[in-house]
Amino acid sequence: MNGKSLKFYLGCGVAMLAALGLLAGVQNEYVFFASYVVLQFVVLATAWNILGGYAGYVNFGTSAFFALGGYAALFMIKAFAAPLVVQIAVAAVLTGILGLAIGLLSLRLRGIFFSIATVALAIICETVILNFDYLGGAKGMQLLRPEPMAPFTSYTKMLFFVMVIITLVALAIARYIEKSWIGRGLQAIRDNEEAAECMGVPTLKLKLIATVVSGALMGAAGAPFPMYMSFIEPVSAFSLNYSVSALAMPIIGGTSSWIGPVIGAVLLGTVQQLVTVTISSELNVLIVGVLLVFFVVAAPQGILGLIKKLANRRGASASGAGR
Amino acid sequence: MSDVLLKVDDVSKHFGGFTALSHVSVEVARGERLGLIGPNGSGKTTLINCISGALKNESGTIAFKGENLNGMAPHQRTRRGIARSFQIPRPFHSMTPVENLAVPLEYVTHRGAVHKADIRGEAEAILADMGLSDKMNASCAGLSQVELRKLELARAMAARPALLISDEAMAGLSNTECDEVLAILFKLSDKGITIIMIEHIMHAIMRFSNRVICLDAGKLIANGTPGEVVKNPDVQRAYLGA
Repeated sequence: MNGKSLKFYLGCGVAMLAALGLLAGVQNEYVFFASYVVLQFVVLATAWNILGGYAGYVNFGTSAFFALGGYAALFMIKAFAAPLVVQIAVAAVLTGILGLAIGLLSLRLRGIFFSIATVALAIICETVILNFDYLGGAKGMQLLRPEPMAPFTSYTKMLFFVMVIITLVALAIARYIEKSWIGRGLQAIRDNEEAAECMGVPTLKLKLIATVVSGALMGAAGAPFPMYMSFIEPVSAFSLNYSVSALAMPIIGGTSSWIGPVIGAVLLGTVQQLVTVTISSELNVLIVGVLLVFFVVAAPQGILGLIKKLANRRGASASGAGR
Repeated sequence: MSDVLLKVDDVSKHFGGFTALSHVSVEVARGERLGLIGPNGSGKTTLINCISGALKNESGTIAFKGENLNGMAPHQRTRRGIARSFQIPRPFHSMTPVENLAVPLEYVTHRGAVHKADIRGEAEAILADMGLSDKMNASCAGLSQVELRKLELARAMAARPALLISDEAMAGLSNTECDEVLAILFKLSDKGITIIMIEHIMHAIMRFSNRVICLDAGKLIANGTPGEVVKNPDVQRAYLGA
């Protein structure tokens, strides 16, 4: 393990300790309720970035993966009374398979056509769920939360902790992909797919890896959603907000590195939570839209790009002063 | 032909009603410098796309080192020793030249190696060989046309090919720049790499090639030494009209 990896895993350890400290020291449930949402967006943005940021295949169907994760969990609860871990695992496998199907689409569709196909996927999935009475259909389904596992004192706190773990796993996977041979191959695909293939990159294999991993993480993020809300219905589960936010957060943070989606998701997720509490949740999509337009125009490389630019400028002026 | 490296046998390719290649058969010997000429739209790029795997040939077979390549993906062909440069340079623009070379080095040359060799050092050595020492860590957006062409060749070389297909590497360059690229190609040939050169610049083709083939309307119309091919009446007709 090199120094940077060691720092990353130490950072993960510190984050875990901070989460445990929060669980032990804070009694206000809302803190965990709001933090859960922010973490959920960190996972969604990180998952989106594996395909959209690293490989350049823009997925507008995040809500389909997220909602199917939630509905897979609901199915496991209703059919087998499965525990949360099993719900998450089944949701990840199911949405990973859906990701594989999306990856196979990329055999024939590229650019905007691939993106349109992912929108169609979300619509198809929502229509299927709307007509699937076993899972509540259009009415949705109410859920009763079970008792939390020891040592947790509330189910919200337990879900928060679960989401912390999913987040850390998602970040470790995204970072591994970015730094490994897979990341360089995906970057080559994003820059020029035909040239990448001719330089020995197995483009289809890498795209399938990216779509499966991205889909599975999105599904895992959605799996605890029914229990978090104690309710699930198709319109809110397939909400456009998930697709737009999952895309906007990496773009705002910066798509070139695993940390970009984290920055974007924490920033945007926190602002959304504050606006929800102080004004109205209806403003969330508007805020995302305005910030997205601002960053696309003013800082296309995102906050990471701005930081790099500032660092380069500072370095250049320092070397100029030294002469 | 002794020691055949590449054998294209009766290959055809259509785009809708347009015949891009019609029953083309060519053999390339190991170490040969083959010039591929023909007027615009004659099928030169289609032929190399079929060889590199970017396009699938509808009929016939393409064999490399005796192995049938039909149905094989481009990256598998690259791993077997076929590398190409593109007519319009296609660098990985978010990467530096060194990082561009790291892609084939990682995916072809050192694929599966438990302890990867010093990929960066190897990339730098290839770039230095191409005269790009001072551009190793530059942005690809800042490279001139000739530097981009050299980077294309360098990236292809990083795959350690047995066969290099150079697709109009000199198009749009000045005479001095053409000479630079030609010198690089000669150097690669001296290292034992078989080279197929597609070019419109006739003096470059004539200087470089041991043998020249000419395509017209998807058909092979001439195959011989550079001197023979330029005197071929069919070639003259294809270029100058009847």
